[in-house]
Amino acid sequence: MNNSQQIVKVGIADMNIVKAPDAIRTSGLGSCVGVVIYDSLQSIAGLVHVMLPDSSLSRNDPINLAKYADTGIKELVSIMIKHGARKLSLKAKIAGGAQMFQFSSGNELMRIGPRNVEAVKKQLSTLHIALMGEDVGGNSGRTIEFDPKTGVLQIRTVNKGISYL
Amino acid sequence: MNFIDKISSEQLDILKEIGNIGAGHAATALSMMLNKKIDMKVPSVRIMTFDEMIDMAGGAENVVASVYLRIEGEAPSNMFFVLPLTQGNKYIQQLICDPNFSFDNPPYDEMAISALQELGNILASNYISSLSDFTGLDLHSSVPAVCVDMLGAIISYGFIELSAFSDYVIVIDTALNEANDDNARSVDGHFFLIPDPESFEIMFHSLGVALNE
Repeated sequence: MNNSQQIVKVGIADMNIVKAPDAIRTSGLGSCVGVVIYDSLQSIAGLVHVMLPDSSLSRNDPINLAKYADTGIKELVSIMIKHGARKLSLKAKIAGGAQMFQFSSGNELMRIGPRNVEAVKKQLSTLHIALMGEDVGGNSGRTIEFDPKTGVLQIRTVNKGISYL
Repeated sequence: MNFIDKISSEQLDILKEIGNIGAGHAATALSMMLNKKIDMKVPSVRIMTFDEMIDMAGGAENVVASVYLRIEGEAPSNMFFVLPLTQGNKYIQQLICDPNFSFDNPPYDEMAISALQELGNILASNYISSLSDFTGLDLHSSVPAVCVDMLGAIISYGFIELSAFSDYVIVIDTALNEANDDNARSVDGHFFLIPDPESFEIMFHSLGVALNE
């Protein structure tokens, strides 16, 4: 038991990192994807709450790197390396990318969840980061929490309760 | 250039009036449907970060019953009608005449979902038609979509369009409560209108106020 454990919260289009014994979490992922990148040997983990697939969509300057799958993951990796993680031991777990609303029309906006997931996977593979687990798609909101000490990702949904990855 | 930086207090007042008119008509429709007096609070228009908006609406993990509509036409926007579960249960129990119905036990009865959808449909069409009359803009809505889940997962859909432009959201929020509620300050539901970035200028223009004066 560790009573001094802090849980660092990550908001929408936001990122942060933690070292054991602390854990990191983000709440209410819908179409957004929570990307956890971790180095088990150094017990360090980062989490980015990705909202959109690609920074080329941005019409805002300066851009918020954490908002997009491509820039968010890249930036998170570089922050982690600055804090002692080693590039070669980085692994990833992802959750989210749901389709919360079912529309009959083929609205592109409604496909944002799956598009986010695709973009996240593409960026992870570009950076040669192994994807160790995923809980993506479906139509449920998710709250996730990652413990860098155990490397376990806890996923909570309203209807299915808690599961582990 | 960020559209949010250019908005004046006069323009915020106009957005408030838009909320007032739209939600006022919708609250009347809700009163008639439920045969209850429903009060509407003075709308608030706030410029917030995504996280602040979700906290203001009750927190990311708070489970709510919601109806989402995409407003299409000359001023595209997102609209949500959000009910806390206790309130959603009460309304649906009454609409489908089943006192045992509860959103706490999925999977939900098809009747209940379609009642919630119909509730959303009536409220939204009242909101949108009064908004359309007020601004003279051609506005119509998508078929309403229903979702019972975490608030953060639901409301974030309203940010997708604008998130490429900004890290802030302008939300026109109108809270409702039942007039005979013991606690007059309790909130029983919210309308959130989240216009797309390019819709602000169109709405202001239609009401005779330019965006960059």
